[in-house]
Amino acid sequence: MALSASTLKVGDTYEEQVVEDLKRTQLVQYAGASGDYNPVHTDEVFVTKVAGYPTVFAHGMLSMGMTGKMLTNYVGDGRLTQYGVRFTRQVWPGDSLTAKATVKAIRQEEGGHIVDLDVSTVNQDGVEVVSGYASARVDP
Amino acid sequence: MAVEKFPVEASHILMFARSVGDYNEIYADEEYAQTTEPGSIIAPPTFVQASAQFDPDYFLRPKPGTPWFGSGKEPTSIKKEGSGGGGGGGGGLHAEQHYVYHRHPKPGDVLTATVKPGKKWEKQGKRSGKLLFSETVTEYRDQTGELVVTARSVGVQTERPVDQ
Repeated sequence: MALSASTLKVGDTYEEQVVEDLKRTQLVQYAGASGDYNPVHTDEVFVTKVAGYPTVFAHGMLSMGMTGKMLTNYVGDGRLTQYGVRFTRQVWPGDSLTAKATVKAIRQEEGGHIVDLDVSTVNQDGVEVVSGYASARVDP
Repeated sequence: MAVEKFPVEASHILMFARSVGDYNEIYADEEYAQTTEPGSIIAPPTFVQASAQFDPDYFLRPKPGTPWFGSGKEPTSIKKEGSGGGGGGGGGLHAEQHYVYHRHPKPGDVLTATVKPGKKWEKQGKRSGKLLFSETVTEYRDQTGELVVTARSVGVQTERPVDQ
């Protein structure tokens, strides 16, 4: 379902839990699919003894990918025109993440309608792990 | 990452979508996808990152005959250079990622990725010492030369592991 510029309002929000109790297995899945085999994400021995972290942690791009699921569920398939994030905190196994989009502006561009969104994903403690923005084509 | 040939395939999109926990049928079922606005399977928003699979020199994938820094018999098979904390081990950490979608890739596309180095800057971090940021811009073009996705990535090397 595409969004409509005529019914959207600045300040509207949409949110989804994008993962509950993140599993190490999902980090393995993401490594395999994305091709990023950095052992900090899947290799407990390396990450604790060499890299100096308490355990493996999620690829930043996994957090961005999970947040992207919320966005495409909100704006519809194939509607995104831009999407960008900063990774503000690491994400760990056991984390539960909630991703939220907030309407910042509704505007016209080249004859079409565009919604600009603020994007924020927080963990179970309310700490922001991803902070960003997105834009999408919407119906009139 | 520079990639000469990144064939976009339905099974790869399926695996990638599953790995981010996205079970939207548009990533999995061509018949269903034909009923949607895009009219075919498309790639999820961060899929072009998986072009790493097609970069012959990608340094975060073990390669035959090349020492790998992950654990085997020992915690790492590479001697540490210097005494820095290393942050992410081999490649530092990913600080930012930005995409502009000119259209969304779909199975059958064969993309090429060309990389331009961007800005570099330094910052003092509260939780990880001195931070060295560097930016790259990657343009993904299709088989006809049309721009499909523009990606801008910012990486950071930390002086020591990030305090928790």
